[in-house]
Amino acid sequence: MAREFLEGNEAIARGAMQANCDFFAGYPITPASSILHYMLELVPQVGGTAIQAEDEIASMGFCIAAAMAGRKVMTATSGPGISLYSENVGLAQMGETPMVIINIQRQGPATGSATKGAEGDIQFTRWVTSGGLPVIALSPATVGEAYELTYRAFNLAEQYRSPVFLLASKEIGVTKESVDLDAIELPPLVERQRAASAGEYLPHAFQQLAEVPPISDFGGEHIARFTTSTHDQTAYLTTKPDVIQQMIDHYTAKIDEAADDMALYKQDLEAGADTLIISYGIISRSVMVTVKNVRARGRKISSLILQTLWPVPEKAIRSAMQGVKRIIVPEMNMGQYRLEIERLAPPGTQVIGVDKMNTSLISPAEIESVGGLA
Amino acid sequence: MNAKEPTTARHETYMTDKLGPLPFCPGCGHHGLVKSIDQALVKLQLDPKEVVLVTDIGCIGLCDRYFTTNAFHGLHGRSITYACGLKLARPELTVIALKGDGGCGIGGTHLLNVARRNIGITLIVGNNFNYGMTGGQHSVTTPTEAMTSTTPWGNVEGPMDLCGTAVAAGAAWVARTSIFDKDITDVIAQAITQPGFAMVDVWELCTAYYASRNKLRKKELDELLASLNFKKGVLVDKPREEYSAHYRRAYEAHPGAARPRHSIEVQYDSTVDQQIGIVIAGSAGQKIRSAATLFAQAAMFSGLDATQKDDYPITVMTGHSIAEIIVSPERIDYTAIDSPDYFLVISADGLKRAGPRIAKLPETCTVYAEQTLELPETKARIVRLPLNETAKQVGKLSIAVIALAAMLEESTLFPAAAFATAINKFQKSKVAEVNIKALDAGTELANRGGRDPRVSPEPASPQPS
Repeated sequence: MAREFLEGNEAIARGAMQANCDFFAGYPITPASSILHYMLELVPQVGGTAIQAEDEIASMGFCIAAAMAGRKVMTATSGPGISLYSENVGLAQMGETPMVIINIQRQGPATGSATKGAEGDIQFTRWVTSGGLPVIALSPATVGEAYELTYRAFNLAEQYRSPVFLLASKEIGVTKESVDLDAIELPPLVERQRAASAGEYLPHAFQQLAEVPPISDFGGEHIARFTTSTHDQTAYLTTKPDVIQQMIDHYTAKIDEAADDMALYKQDLEAGADTLIISYGIISRSVMVTVKNVRARGRKISSLILQTLWPVPEKAIRSAMQGVKRIIVPEMNMGQYRLEIERLAPPGTQVIGVDKMNTSLISPAEIESVGGLA
Repeated sequence: MNAKEPTTARHETYMTDKLGPLPFCPGCGHHGLVKSIDQALVKLQLDPKEVVLVTDIGCIGLCDRYFTTNAFHGLHGRSITYACGLKLARPELTVIALKGDGGCGIGGTHLLNVARRNIGITLIVGNNFNYGMTGGQHSVTTPTEAMTSTTPWGNVEGPMDLCGTAVAAGAAWVARTSIFDKDITDVIAQAITQPGFAMVDVWELCTAYYASRNKLRKKELDELLASLNFKKGVLVDKPREEYSAHYRRAYEAHPGAARPRHSIEVQYDSTVDQQIGIVIAGSAGQKIRSAATLFAQAAMFSGLDATQKDDYPITVMTGHSIAEIIVSPERIDYTAIDSPDYFLVISADGLKRAGPRIAKLPETCTVYAEQTLELPETKARIVRLPLNETAKQVGKLSIAVIALAAMLEESTLFPAAAFATAINKFQKSKVAEVNIKALDAGTELANRGGRDPRVSPEPASPQPS
């Protein structure tokens, strides 16, 4: 085992390959382009296909169809690309398509600052497409986590037959770090459950709402169907309100009821602390310095760092909030995830945002100053 | 040939009547088009499990579920993208995309690109000159002067020649036919058997809107073709290697092209006992970022952790290039450098970008600057070095290595041998040779110390404002 000096984007590509990714389509965009470069090199080495599409819409179209034909697929972009992915994300939800979508966030809105970091796509990811169904999103803080969470994103995609987002940022994607990827412990690889050979294939079969339907690949043993339109378990169009509601309840339940299983977080809770910092992504690393500084001054403080952002790890958040008077939420946006923290905070708890969106990191000193910890 | 020898009983149809009759208006051309597609499949006797019918939004997109083949029904105008995804994932499948003229408008780029790439799907366009599903609005193929719900005074736009467009984009096989032509089934079957991309533009009637508003019947359809000088039949038949075959062949022609892993084992000691922040400010094209990476890798060879963040404009070969390296005996959490320990200023571009930061540097920081640059007033200690002059002798792409080597020699963070190891291990031998010379030259610059008039420990004079 040896260390390497890697950028997050390379770690993401390596994590994908570790998860047996064998199809990639993407369109160049700063700061995500190097993922496209790495995948174009790596994927054909395992017999797969990687292609630069004509635009982000085609990237998603290629990926969704390839996933339904049995490939393990990934695409990567930045905020402007997610805007163009939006409609197809809904299609992937509708067809229960396992796929991984990487967002190397940059300063927006619109073109914003292409080479500058931000983490401004947090609620955008949650409400990324029409209909408002739940999504799965993980957020790494380091190059090592970019590797690990990309791998885990594939597992979640396969297990829940769902698109899964990795919400990284320029600050992780194109920042290089010392890391030993081989030393990172990964869970066993999960593959989608495939439909039994015998009998007719129902593309969206379930008994209980939260059940994940087994899948049969296009070109496989069964006749497969896939549709963007409101449908029943056979993937034939339906206009029956009770069937439509049941399908919506199914899409919702399979994600929401698995929230605890999907909850990834790191907590550093100190008994008797009256202040809790909740953070995610690159800013959680500033928080770690803040916590060290505050404790060095003899003050107690707790920290909860979220790796799963969607579905909200409510159990872990509520548990960490117990007994604290103040919760500080630093974000490289104008206070997006704070909305979730505010709705979960017990009455009387003060929730303080440290919001910054000027392309530079939030420093430990800024968190201490705005959070009243100085 | 995609057609396979029948292994089971002959397929008499690829359609099912279990969903009832087709949902099209009386007289709609889609009835005949769908029947022709079915007949073409019957003619080819393909295994329904190996055929995928891909549709998108528009009246023609309602038909896939009436087929007993695989069916993929996606977003408006994007059927080509799903068809390509399926074909790229499983080149052995027969993938047929259906689209309306409306879809050719919103998804026009996909038409251009599938033709150019020669991905082996078949595209069948049900071209009835308007959007039937949404109320008869004009499309990219609506003839000039035609009446539609969105051209109340006649269409002032010109119609797109779908076949001509596909041909211009490099399509290998293109045909045009109409719903009234007896050879439509044969043309479709021929298209399906093409190994590369094939397109059939099928002219037909929307009886609900376009045909009634514009008095379009079989005779007028032919007159319209003639007036536009559009031809029917197979217009292009120039087979070339299908995309996936070419892709695989190109990859196999370059074995071992994968980039190597740059593994780093600790070989040296360092004197670093706390986090050290180093900023290098230079110009694009000065190899600032790659020199910074080598320096960070050298720190790792010396047992340290490292991070590197780069700042550069969106253009690559012009303007500033700034790299920020942190080296530390412990894990590095916060990756920004708010108070640098070393600041290397190599060029005017770098100085312009970094000037405000230099002015705020504390006295604990040392600035290593190209001696001809006029630095702003700062509390930091300044060391002026003949970087340009030295780089002229050693190699101008090595200026950042020269500066880093001088800083390293004076700071003794870790041995120069670690820098040499990174250079020799991770750079191609010709480049490494130059950079080793640069390392020596930079080390020598530092060792001249204050004795050399060109190396001044005095603070720079303030820059006139």
